[in-house]
Amino acid sequence: MENTIFMQNSILSLLIFLPVLGAILMLPASKYLKIPNIIKYIALFTTGIQLILSAWLYINFDSTLSVMESPFTVQVNWIKHFNIEYFVGVDGLSIPMVLLTALLSFICILASWNIDKKPLGYFSLFLLLDAGMMGVFLSLDFFLFYIFWEVMLLPMYFLIGIWGGPQRHYAAIKFFLYTLFGSLFMLLAMIGLWYFTAPFNNNEGTFNLIKLIQLSPMIDSQLWGFDIQWLLWIALFIGFAIKVPVFPFHTWLPLAHVEAPTAISVILAGVLLKMGTYGLLRISYPLLPGEVVAFSYTLAILGVINILWGAMCAIAQIDLKKMVAYSSVSHMGYVLLGMSAVVSPSLAGAEAGLNGAVMQMFNHGTITAMLFLLVGVLYDQAHHRWIVYPDNYKDQELAGKLAFGGIATQMPVFSAFVALAFFAGLGLPALSGFISEALCFIGGFSAFRLVTAIGTLGILLGAVYLLRAYQRVFLGPLNDSYNKLIDINSRELATVVPIAFLVLLFGVFPKPLVDMVSSSISSLVSVIQGAM
Amino acid sequence: MNNIQSLQYFLPELLITITALFVIVFDLISQKKSNNLLVSVALFCIAWLLYQLPSNGGEIFNGMLINDKFSLYFKWIIFISTGAVILVSKYSNELDKEYKAEFDALLLFVLLGMFLMTNSIDLLMIYLSIELVSIPSYVLAGMLKNDKKSNEASLKYVIFGSFASGLMLFGLSWLYGISGSTNIYEIYKTIQLIDNPYMIYMSLMLILIGFGYKISMAPLHYWTPDVYEGSPTIVTAFFSAAPKAAGFAILIRTFFILFTSTNSLTVDALPLEGIDWFLIVAVLSAATMTIGNLLALKQDNVKRMLAYSTISHVGFMLMAFSTASIDAIVGITFYLTLYMFMNLSAFFMVIHVENNFKVKEVNQWGGIGYKTPILAAFMVLSLVSLAGLPPTSGFVGKVYLFRTLFATEKFYWLGIVGILNSVISLYYYFKIVKSMYFDESVIEKEENKPMLLYFFILLFSAQNIIFYFYWQPLYNYITKLFS
Repeated sequence: MENTIFMQNSILSLLIFLPVLGAILMLPASKYLKIPNIIKYIALFTTGIQLILSAWLYINFDSTLSVMESPFTVQVNWIKHFNIEYFVGVDGLSIPMVLLTALLSFICILASWNIDKKPLGYFSLFLLLDAGMMGVFLSLDFFLFYIFWEVMLLPMYFLIGIWGGPQRHYAAIKFFLYTLFGSLFMLLAMIGLWYFTAPFNNNEGTFNLIKLIQLSPMIDSQLWGFDIQWLLWIALFIGFAIKVPVFPFHTWLPLAHVEAPTAISVILAGVLLKMGTYGLLRISYPLLPGEVVAFSYTLAILGVINILWGAMCAIAQIDLKKMVAYSSVSHMGYVLLGMSAVVSPSLAGAEAGLNGAVMQMFNHGTITAMLFLLVGVLYDQAHHRWIVYPDNYKDQELAGKLAFGGIATQMPVFSAFVALAFFAGLGLPALSGFISEALCFIGGFSAFRLVTAIGTLGILLGAVYLLRAYQRVFLGPLNDSYNKLIDINSRELATVVPIAFLVLLFGVFPKPLVDMVSSSISSLVSVIQGAM
Repeated sequence: MNNIQSLQYFLPELLITITALFVIVFDLISQKKSNNLLVSVALFCIAWLLYQLPSNGGEIFNGMLINDKFSLYFKWIIFISTGAVILVSKYSNELDKEYKAEFDALLLFVLLGMFLMTNSIDLLMIYLSIELVSIPSYVLAGMLKNDKKSNEASLKYVIFGSFASGLMLFGLSWLYGISGSTNIYEIYKTIQLIDNPYMIYMSLMLILIGFGYKISMAPLHYWTPDVYEGSPTIVTAFFSAAPKAAGFAILIRTFFILFTSTNSLTVDALPLEGIDWFLIVAVLSAATMTIGNLLALKQDNVKRMLAYSTISHVGFMLMAFSTASIDAIVGITFYLTLYMFMNLSAFFMVIHVENNFKVKEVNQWGGIGYKTPILAAFMVLSLVSLAGLPPTSGFVGKVYLFRTLFATEKFYWLGIVGILNSVISLYYYFKIVKSMYFDESVIEKEENKPMLLYFFILLFSAQNIIFYFYWQPLYNYITKLFS
């Protein structure tokens, strides 16, 4: 019994700081223990424990309790002067993201097993990144949230910049600058929230996100002729939109995703993009419900632009990884559309939209991770990932011709998994993507008919780029230069199978996922509907 | 307080003077023996005297100087940074060993001038102390006698400096003409009664030129890059830290006492009636940080880049200064303390790299991250801190600077300018990081590891982390200076 209580109090902190400990341990271990691959084993062990802990958290998680009632919540004063707290907690919004982060981190360590260039740097930075991601999803204090948000940037910068592809330097700094640009606006909004809510809390500002839910709607003053709440919303939105990324802030994404090594692309697409939408749901939505109502139509339009723009860009790509990257832009559009449905006149529609959005965040995380992992498997053997060779290809004979073809005969198991991932990506029923996308559209349709109707075209476009790519790469007669390719090996299978299992499971039996999120979603919906 | 009584509040300054003179004499009689021990002992004694120095003396030397907590704090940070520079200077390969004594003596004279800058409350002392800092600085910039750039730096510095101090002297004489007194508290009583704001505007602007030149505020920043590039790196490191602190100390004191309605360092201030110099400072702050950052983007020379970055940091501190609140001066003092040390750490790293690898350009830094992994990691920490990102103290400092805008509900637009500038600054700071880690190693040579230099780089860089997790005591201490 005592053990359980100790576990309850410390599990969230363990989830965050265990990777840091692992990263610190690596340094002496690599120096003094002469075991080959010791660094990789430490990383695998750390993320493995993290995965077990998060599974334990999931089993003991009670979705009916609010954050303040939850036994896992920890709230300690950190800096009294500013009322900054070490305040971590978990609710229905964050638990899918925590599970996703733990799962993908573990899988990504497996997927980076063949990294031999400066492994100490790679794996310690990866674990720091892991800690930052966990911290973002578990923080309930804005200041803490911001710090974890920023702490992630530095490892990411190095991971792309040192271990990435040919254009890695440019991709790394572009990613860094874009995100920093957004997050500094977030910083201003954060300080602003502290000051503007202080008068309603005995002149004591706070960063506590739970308290701010009550305080921030009371702000009612103006600046430069705008409501301060509106300005705060815009500043926060810029910060989160760049991370999502919402059109027109998406240009960092294809570059960073393509240049990053496989595992880092998985983390970028699987977890980091979710932070944008998670931030909107965690901070902007409950704190500024009035602004959400006013902005939702714009959000729906932006979502639909994302869906269509991302899909059309994906159609135009001849690089397999770039295509997957643009498909992320498209799929995050569904999340935005689902989120905008919160203002729907029918309560069921609003809840469907938000549920769909949160589930899509999880499902896109798994599906896109699978896509990137599989592209990585192919790239490791073929050393390129062109669908069609570009016109300026170094070997002019090949320029403009199909690069692969008929891979399915050479790598049947691999091709089957790719087929599964592609079908999940285009939202085939009985796979997890279908349910969340359908819910997003149901919600969206109940709120904004025309816009959503246009958005459904995205499914069609999704089928175009995914099926066409599949046909060009895997079907048809076998390209003779690739008759030496060997099928997916057991390590690579180990990275893909768990995800494939989840994709199938949540496709036919989404109840666990729905149960996890729905009660937090209904309270969020009632906050926003209350402001209408 | 009369002169004899005042001496007890003046002991560190006296010892500095004696040491400076003795260093020169020692050089004449000692026949090429190193003066390291002498200088180290003297620095230790100065530190001890500073530690003993009371901070409740009030006006000393018949109202020429003031002895208070504010000046004592600034003396400490100025002393620590100058002391570090003096100790590290023996590792500088650029300096001619023959002139080491002169170098030390000049630095000590500048130190004396800076000490006086922190506690001058008389127009004459203000002018003299600034000149006492400036004139040895001109010589220091030209320490490399046979280097063209160093000569150019010195000459530019002289011309620009004399011009600015001439204008400032003109402004000071206006004040004297208006009030008939040179003590700033006396002057304040008179100028309150003046109903023509343009007279005060005139002298205010001229004085701002003098101080602005010292802290390299736009549009008086033109000397900075050339002087920083031409001077020996150790001198550049010095210029970028201590004189900036002294400049801010005198700027804060003079402007808060003379040109606000409250005549005090310890309360939030409003501008003197009809004279809204806050807006002027706000505009200049935006200009300073933008110019500094935009020009830094283009630089390939590390020293020049850091010189421009200094300008932009001055802009950030002016941003807080423009709100003229008690929060603002606490924030500036806090930021200045952190900034001085992260900047010195970065500059010491530049010295180390120049000594070992003989490189000046950013793109020649390739592979340093793997040749000296520990120092490079701390350099990254300093650069991250300069860019103002967590988890470093630079972030905390920057939060406090931005916070003053919200606390006083003034100049929100300046916050947005500040943010855009932070993004720009990250780009050029990370050019160095990129070179150190991403580029192929172009450096072959084994390095030697001077212990003291290592120690200072690590110490000044470690504060980035220490004050990030534990800044509260320092901040509280600074807050108490103004209560």
